[in-house]
Amino acid sequence: MKTPIYLDNHATTRVDPRVLDAMLPYFTEYFGNAASRNHEFGWVAEQAVDKARKQIADLIGATAKEIIFTSGATESNNLAIKGVAEMYAEKGNHIITEATEHKAVLDTCKKLEKMGYRVTYLPVMGDGLIDLDMLRESITDKTILVTIMYANNEIGVIQPVAEIGKICRERGVLFHTDGVQAIGKVPVDVNKDNIDIMSITAHKLYGPKGVGALYVRRKNPRVQITAQMDGGGHERGMRSGTLNVPGIVGLGEACAICQREMPEETKRLMYLRDKLRSKLEAGLDEIYLNGSWEHRLPHSLNMSFAYVEGESLLMGINDVAVSSGSACTSATLEPSYVLKALGLGDDIAHSSIRFGIGRFNTEEEIDYVADKLVDVVRKLRELSPLYEMAKEGIDLSKVQWAHD
Amino acid sequence: MAYSDKVLDHYNNPRNVGSLDKKAPNVGTGMVGAPECGDVMKLQIKVNDENGIIEDAKFKTFGCGSAIASSSLATEWLKGKTVDEALKIKNTDIVNELSLPPVKIHCSVLAEDAIKAAIGDYRAKQGAKTQQQVPAEQTVA
Repeated sequence: MKTPIYLDNHATTRVDPRVLDAMLPYFTEYFGNAASRNHEFGWVAEQAVDKARKQIADLIGATAKEIIFTSGATESNNLAIKGVAEMYAEKGNHIITEATEHKAVLDTCKKLEKMGYRVTYLPVMGDGLIDLDMLRESITDKTILVTIMYANNEIGVIQPVAEIGKICRERGVLFHTDGVQAIGKVPVDVNKDNIDIMSITAHKLYGPKGVGALYVRRKNPRVQITAQMDGGGHERGMRSGTLNVPGIVGLGEACAICQREMPEETKRLMYLRDKLRSKLEAGLDEIYLNGSWEHRLPHSLNMSFAYVEGESLLMGINDVAVSSGSACTSATLEPSYVLKALGLGDDIAHSSIRFGIGRFNTEEEIDYVADKLVDVVRKLRELSPLYEMAKEGIDLSKVQWAHD
Repeated sequence: MAYSDKVLDHYNNPRNVGSLDKKAPNVGTGMVGAPECGDVMKLQIKVNDENGIIEDAKFKTFGCGSAIASSSLATEWLKGKTVDEALKIKNTDIVNELSLPPVKIHCSVLAEDAIKAAIGDYRAKQGAKTQQQVPAEQTVA
């Protein structure tokens, strides 16, 4: 077993060697511009792009023409939300999203608010899911877009996307979903799920960084989006810029592999994740699952280890790559806004660890990580005045803490 | 973030972890920080009644590696000092010794606060005890 062990597959994934093999010829041998219509180099590149478009569309139940290539999900989210806001400005100015979205969605919405749009940020319930009745009540005749992520990047919770889409369709409102964590991990079907627009990225499904896509529905309803970048009018006029052919080939191949292997892979990932959880729970008291267990990605686990601070925990398992909702590990020095949105106290957010198991993890690695975590948490609890107080029977929530 | 070797050393081998009897008259206890801020430090000193020297110091800390290291270092420095000398320990001394980066300076501030709180508690106890004999000259810091 080699260390460090990578268990941060929500952040990014290793490129599958089969994906890399598919990409390599398009750097050197077939380097043409897919927009070059009058020679062999261009045709070969265009063929490769068309194949990838089909592979991506197949994975999500779409048609190839509905796939618009971008640089990644941040661009896709920006293009979807701003593009709809601009295109449908005459129809209305209201957008609905949720509190636990990725910053690429939240900050885009905040920008639109400054430009005069109105945004509703739906809260989530304790399990991380939105309340569908609240969504229904929030839609007005001015609502043009609902943007709710498919699955959350921190807690792995899967929203009731098909029902959200159904509500939107009944009310004539477009539905965009940030699909990056879910696509390739669970079956996503734009028709069954009633999705109109969906953001996709390659690097979360064992493809390369710097390439993504936006699914834009062409029929029932036909969705239009105002381009956010001016240029050569590529991608049906929605996204100008020379196509990243090797990256697109990689995204396509990554999708094809996910589609082929999903049934087997899901089983394996769930087995590893469940084993990790049960080993931790067998070894430690007072550890808590964050987010719904039932509505969850198969490779995702987020747990809080009470009385232990997340960064010190990461330090103790420094040969394991995971991430924490602790303030100390974030650039803003604020604990995770996602965990806070679940109604958890800051102390639980500070104590949280996110595990993202991936295609290349082994059972041996999972055993090692579980054993090591149990040791480190025990050691840190020996160091923790909070654990000592809790063991003495003091209710920590009733203590008057001396701080500003 | 990369940690300095000294922070790693204190994290891996924390000095003086534990608790002293907080009811003892010659033990001062300082508890600073709050769980929702991600840092709680408990620091205790035990002062020799005869010579006023801190003969033992213990800590427990909930917090990041730098907070653990700051409090561990503080207990090392406290031992053997008089209470007055201990009050001269500054957070900047801790920052320098542990090479703490700017985002971790608050850990050292917390350690200094914990020292002051422990000494304050000790002096309050002593003041209460000696009030009948001599006018209390010490006040809580």
